[in-house]
Amino acid sequence: MTAHTITIDGQQVPFIEGQTIIEAATAAGVYIPHLCHNPEFTPHGSCKLCTVKVNGRNCSACTFPAVDGQEVLNDTEELNETRRAITQMLFVEGNHFCPSCEKSGNCQLQAVGYFLNMLDAHFPFFYPSREVDASHPEVMLDRDRCILCELCVRASRDVDGKNVFALSGRGIHTHLIVNSTSGKLADTEISVDDKAVHVCPVGAILVKRTGFEVPIGQRIYDHQDISEVSLAMEESVAGESHGG
Amino acid sequence: MADKIKVATTSLAGCFGCHMSFLDIDERILDLAQIAEFDRSPLTDIKQCSDHVDIGLVEGGLCNSENVHTLREFRKSCKILVAVGACAINGGLPAMRNHIPLEECLEESYLDAVGVENPQIPNDVELPLLLNKVHPIHEVVKVDYFLPGCPPSADVFWKFLTDLASGREPSLPYELVHYD
Repeated sequence: MTAHTITIDGQQVPFIEGQTIIEAATAAGVYIPHLCHNPEFTPHGSCKLCTVKVNGRNCSACTFPAVDGQEVLNDTEELNETRRAITQMLFVEGNHFCPSCEKSGNCQLQAVGYFLNMLDAHFPFFYPSREVDASHPEVMLDRDRCILCELCVRASRDVDGKNVFALSGRGIHTHLIVNSTSGKLADTEISVDDKAVHVCPVGAILVKRTGFEVPIGQRIYDHQDISEVSLAMEESVAGESHGG
Repeated sequence: MADKIKVATTSLAGCFGCHMSFLDIDERILDLAQIAEFDRSPLTDIKQCSDHVDIGLVEGGLCNSENVHTLREFRKSCKILVAVGACAINGGLPAMRNHIPLEECLEESYLDAVGVENPQIPNDVELPLLLNKVHPIHEVVKVDYFLPGCPPSADVFWKFLTDLASGREPSLPYELVHYD
């Protein structure tokens, strides 16, 4: 291992050639908030929550390669304000009614909101009409909660080899589609053990008949914030770089 | 203490669950009564806010014209207006009707539902008109503070009110911030 380093908030962070900033940070135990990034998959760079300042410029830490001597700002009031606004926009764009959602307490969007001490949504709500797909006997797709992170798209294509999901449309009209002639999950090869079913950071893709199995108080983010959970889960994976 | 803090509360399109949770402060309400008095509130049954209320706690979102009227009265009277609970903050469960046209909601409830007798859509002049969509309160008035939760726990109310009463900027630690 060569001695490459960047600094994050003044702290020396070593990295291996080819690592992104977030991979180096995670391996060093530094949490950078993120939703569409998952160390097991090729970076997507769409949610922008991991925005950091690199030598004075805003960059997505999940896609930006670490380069010797970079000065990175991460946990600053300004960046966390920006991240809070991004999270608020994600909340108003969809229909995120936590009290009636099975994912509540285990949801990364919600947990990021908690981490950033987001108490309200600030913006007017869109209340979009989105289609629920309950056609599959075991897997449920509720587009109301989809944040378009493409993790299911990546997992189904790259791990499951089934290519069940895709994004369609542009801008505010972007939406998750199912690759079958009927457009329904029931007519795909998806199965309950697929990576795509379990990688969703929110409650958009759920396994039926498992809701509310874990009682309040024992859910992932009830007592631990997402920075602790995320680092514990991702630190080991972060060592294996995906390269540029 | 000469002047007690005046607190007004109301439930708009809510379920009164936030009020019930507020009452879960249990015997701490005696300490609260030392420094605060209730103005307009379902707890006092006072129907109008005084001219100068210090803190207005608003539960529930806006589903009809009366909700909007009450909210505006609270904003006019209260120095500090607080959105209490998921419904006040994002519309909550009532807002789940927002993707269904209002006409269809009424038909389903009052005409087509199983077991409906003498089917008719209520249309008395006394009834406030329903809004096309349910809205959170920050879309209509300026809101000063937000207490998330469905409902916010008694400790959230206690932390918030004691912070305010002591002149501290209210803040909620991680354990007290919940959207459910």
